[in-house]
Amino acid sequence: MCDSCGCLGGTDHFHVSDSVVQPTAGGEITVLRGILRENDHQAAHNRSHFDAAQVLAVNLMSSPGAGKTSLLEATIRALGARLSIAVIEGDLETENDARRIRAAGAPAVQITTGNACHLDANMVHAALHKLDLSSIDVLFIENVGNLVCPAAFDLGQHRNVVLLSVTEGDDKPEKYPVMFRAADLMAVTKLDLMAAVGDFDPALAKTHLRELANAAPVLELSARNGMGLESWIDWLIHEAASCRRLRSAHHGIAHG
Amino acid sequence: MHELAICQALLRQVLEVAEERGTQRIGRIKLRIGPLSGIEPELLKTAFPLVAAGTPGEDANIEIDDIPVRVRCQNCGSTSQALTNRLLCRDCGSWRVKLISGYEMLLVSVEFLDAQSFNKWERTGV
Repeated sequence: MCDSCGCLGGTDHFHVSDSVVQPTAGGEITVLRGILRENDHQAAHNRSHFDAAQVLAVNLMSSPGAGKTSLLEATIRALGARLSIAVIEGDLETENDARRIRAAGAPAVQITTGNACHLDANMVHAALHKLDLSSIDVLFIENVGNLVCPAAFDLGQHRNVVLLSVTEGDDKPEKYPVMFRAADLMAVTKLDLMAAVGDFDPALAKTHLRELANAAPVLELSARNGMGLESWIDWLIHEAASCRRLRSAHHGIAHG
Repeated sequence: MHELAICQALLRQVLEVAEERGTQRIGRIKLRIGPLSGIEPELLKTAFPLVAAGTPGEDANIEIDDIPVRVRCQNCGSTSQALTNRLLCRDCGSWRVKLISGYEMLLVSVEFLDAQSFNKWERTGV
């Protein structure tokens, strides 16, 4: 048990000091450390929680209204008993999304960020302690709807999933390269509205993603009518299984 | 505008260093920021004085090294400069490239204005 935060500790614990400060000539001290070092330590700590519990952690990001919560509702229903899901919901205000997730049948913890435009690793850590990780296979962290700020903050996730709805335009990866470059999977959502929108070209969206040197799979789906959901579910099951395999192998080496 | 949160994280680190040295005034903070870090250097410079008001960092000059986006092609092996939203090999056009610079978000160094702090450093030998 960690004395400072009451959690289970771990090798990457964020309270550990790793000062590399050195003096240079004049009145200058060379530091050479990541600006978000504190957040990165906390993220590594969160990741060690997930790994110890063999939980796949997925950071779900998109602009507001791209369908993150709808996709999660559909995912929980489609998975049934195959994987157990929990959700950390990030919004500026309200418990609305957490209520929707609970109604769909999964535990949810709501983080309200006030005016903050992104989640950080500390917020996620506080929420983690309200969940029983031992009964979860996949933890979704639904980030604040925003294609800019969430990309800069590691939360400890294993995978980034970025949604792009057909109502937004196929050039979003080109406009928001930092976010889309970080995607481990890009899901084109609201496929049921494609005909009404008329000018969204999924192939072009994929080209823009590739131009960010990103080889991530691109799935097209609709949470509303279920189109394309099977590939998404298959991906999740595959990723959760490889996460478990990896962690149990690691566990075997560390303690075997 | 996550630059405010970035500034707070930066200030905490700078003050930590200042405290170790027992300094009261910070003159210059050097950063290295790549275009693919997701930080807007100008916003960071604007936000920092607001965050640092009333601390030893309040008059600090923020100096930011611009880092070019560079990629190494996994197809032809060539290294070239690229645009933030077109990470392609300049020689063969392939998107199968590795980013070798342009993602940095580093605190490089902190300059102190009061010489006393350096005497303290020499004395303690930290």
